[in-house]
Amino acid sequence: MLDADFFRRWMTATAASVDREAERLTALDSPIGDADHGSNLQRGFTAVVAALEKEAPATPGAVLTLAGRQLISTVGGASGPLYGTLLRRTGKALGDADEVSAEQLAEAFRAGVDAVMTLGGAAPGDKTMIDALVPAVDALGDSFTAARTAAEEGAVATTPLQARKGRASYVGERSIGHQDPGATSSALLIAGLAEAAGE
Amino acid sequence: MSDEQLVGIVLVSHSAQVAASVAELAKGLAGGGPAVPVAPAGGTEGGGLGTSSELIAAAAASVDRGAGVAVLTDLGSAVLTVKALLAEGDELPERTRLVDAPFVEGAVAAVVTASTGADLAAVEAAATEAYTYRKV
Repeated sequence: MLDADFFRRWMTATAASVDREAERLTALDSPIGDADHGSNLQRGFTAVVAALEKEAPATPGAVLTLAGRQLISTVGGASGPLYGTLLRRTGKALGDADEVSAEQLAEAFRAGVDAVMTLGGAAPGDKTMIDALVPAVDALGDSFTAARTAAEEGAVATTPLQARKGRASYVGERSIGHQDPGATSSALLIAGLAEAAGE
Repeated sequence: MSDEQLVGIVLVSHSAQVAASVAELAKGLAGGGPAVPVAPAGGTEGGGLGTSSELIAAAAASVDRGAGVAVLTDLGSAVLTVKALLAEGDELPERTRLVDAPFVEGAVAAVVTASTGADLAAVEAAATEAYTYRKV
């Protein structure tokens, strides 16, 4: 079973990898976006870790709801409401249980990904974070490691795609050949999950 | 007509200057009618380009007179942040609505319409109708 501490480790591990990869995320965002993805997410996840330390939420749902709220209020770019909605909706779906099973997490996370698709209007193949998150959700029933691999492969597979959503869609065909920064950071989020599980 | 009955307007842009200027423009074009509560929510709290949920929530609270609040946005994170806040349910005043409208023309239409004492649905309809205004 997964308790609040597991979910805190997930957020902390993600914050650390976003820190580590911030320059790369911003570099990916330079040719097709507005070159702020790494710094925006770094600011967001730094605030998430600080809020978790300060408020010490007691349940898995409360950890993710607080984290999502922090991302919405601190990121300043589109990734804020998107990741914020992902975590908050997942947290709400987990309810107020003290512990949840991996299956419950997989189900709740699917609700979160669905909410992101509704909010942003993106579908698989649009060269967005959805291209990493949907394969990850599908593999989450197997193991966290399988989800990590699926997310990383999904992110890499955005390279030949033409962007159809967001700022990158304005550059049209020139978005082809660049790995999507949002899909890349989504893979970091899923890797954080595997890391929290010690996988 | 008392100020209490007017719909409030919030203008959300990635740029503080754009939000403030469009607010000024719309209020100016509304002329001498009752002063519509209009608040810009532009840029990040640090003054950079982007979207701040805090500035949006504060702007919405400042223009809420009980008749509803119409929020107009430019694009991208401005749209997504307002939608995420509306989904949250408790960060924006009751009867706050994201209005699907062009930013400048929609703001003028919304503020002028609100100045007549029109309700939220009428303000929203006027702002959305601005999409149909062809220039050529």
